[in-house]
Amino acid sequence: MSGTWITTRAWLLMLPLLIVMVAVIGWPLADTVHLSFTDAKLVGTSGSYVGFDNYVRLLSGNAFGRTLFTTTFFAVVVVTTEMLLGVLAALLLNQQFHGRTLLRALLILPWALPTVVNATLWRLIYNPEYGALNAALTQLGILSEYRSWLGEPGTALTALIVADCWKNFPLVALIALAALQAVPRDVVAASFVDGANAFSRFRFVTLPYLAGPLLVALVLRTIEAFKVFDIIWVMTRGGPANSTRTMSILVYQEAFSFQRAGSGASLALIVTLIITVLAVAYGTVVKKVAGSAA
Amino acid sequence: MERQSPLFRLFLHLAALLLAAIILAPLLWLFVMSISPAADLAAKPLRWWPETMDFSRYATLLSTVENSAGAAFMASLRNSLMVASMATVAAVSLAVPAGWAVSRTPSVGWSLSLVIATYMLPPVALAVPLYMALANFGLLNNVFGLALVYLTILAPFTTWLMKSGFDGIPREIEQAAVIDGASLWQTLRIITLPLALPVVATSALFAFLLGWDEFFYALLFTSDQRAKTLTVAIADLAGGRVSDYGLIATAGVLAALPPMLVGIVMQRALISGLTSGGVKG
Repeated sequence: MSGTWITTRAWLLMLPLLIVMVAVIGWPLADTVHLSFTDAKLVGTSGSYVGFDNYVRLLSGNAFGRTLFTTTFFAVVVVTTEMLLGVLAALLLNQQFHGRTLLRALLILPWALPTVVNATLWRLIYNPEYGALNAALTQLGILSEYRSWLGEPGTALTALIVADCWKNFPLVALIALAALQAVPRDVVAASFVDGANAFSRFRFVTLPYLAGPLLVALVLRTIEAFKVFDIIWVMTRGGPANSTRTMSILVYQEAFSFQRAGSGASLALIVTLIITVLAVAYGTVVKKVAGSAA
Repeated sequence: MERQSPLFRLFLHLAALLLAAIILAPLLWLFVMSISPAADLAAKPLRWWPETMDFSRYATLLSTVENSAGAAFMASLRNSLMVASMATVAAVSLAVPAGWAVSRTPSVGWSLSLVIATYMLPPVALAVPLYMALANFGLLNNVFGLALVYLTILAPFTTWLMKSGFDGIPREIEQAAVIDGASLWQTLRIITLPLALPVVATSALFAFLLGWDEFFYALLFTSDQRAKTLTVAIADLAGGRVSDYGLIATAGVLAALPPMLVGIVMQRALISGLTSGGVKG
């Protein structure tokens, strides 16, 4: 068989997927770019060309900077915490103890719990009048009176972060555990013979095996944390006083609550650009690490 | 291996207990809320375990009496099942040929990279044009329209899983069959696809769970019982005027049950799927 026929055949097999992807992703994305230069409304007028007006107005307004800061803060704290907890849990599960298999099976549960159910569950736990957190802290004598965890700007974001970390650190743990189990036993044994202590065993024997998979998990979780919408929408809708408003919530408000399709599109593209820059930067690091490990 | 000292063993078991408690406490509480009488949930100090277990909310939600809370819940359950299944079948049908093509013909691989890169796109970057298009075709508040939109998430993901699955099947097996006189289609049907079946199943499961979990598009593109999915119905309950928190918890338990059962039963396959992505990148 000739090379050209093989390539043509491959394209033919990919064609259905590519057609669908162009229809549901490529075209809408192009249309978002187009909309971002207009003052289109969600319904009714298709709008007229306004150049970079939307971008200028959004970037100079104060909602943008504050929302970008909230989003970045959320992403950094959530991802860092999940990585740390995930690796700790994986190191624990890589040891021998009774009930290890059961505990590993439990890790899949928060991951499998639908995001909206997780958000609802934590919303109930944080309930200002009947919530389990208030009840537990009061009964333990830590708290003297019930608080509105999601209703106060000072605690709402932290409360969201806890809920998100609880659901997502098990995924990091599962990935890290699989990587740990790939560390060859004889290498570990050899490091014992050579008299390496626990820290240098982790640093020089285990970590090189962990680094690659963890970096990939880091990239994926960062992108997801930056796009976050569901958990925030269900728990606080971005409030109180916009203290938990992330970029996706802001775009939603602009495009759908205020029906400003044009400037909503501009905002969505700015978010996309930020995520792309992040991903490319990470990608370069991942390639470097993968290269040095090989 | 190193012999564990008694102190270290004690530490390990305590840490394991702590981890188990962290994972289980919120989940158990969700279940306890669903079976506690409303009075217990509003009691101060809060009752952590009901005096009498009350399963009546499950009956309420799973009833099909017209215009009841149950009817709305059952409709959203049916919509979620339909949308997630249709999107899964479509995504896997697109992913199998495309995944095989990329696996065997690396020169077209860049197109898959492009498809996978769309993972970076926040759904809000597609939402406005998709909304307008669905409105134009009369597909707003429609399970078919929603399933079509779900392909934006499901199709790239399943194609990527299928591609790494086919990578694990040696192409020498296919070449041997071709040399023995089998046509390419025979080879694929008799050799490759049966070998790839576990990967197809894993991809389908992942796709279904993604569809079951989806909220953003469903929130935007559905408005009533004809298409509203379970995630939207639960968010409505959580943000609405429902005064019985136990009912919200019950809906949560019911929505969480299918993916959790899948997660426990298919643990091995899911973890290998998750980590093959994580390890290979």
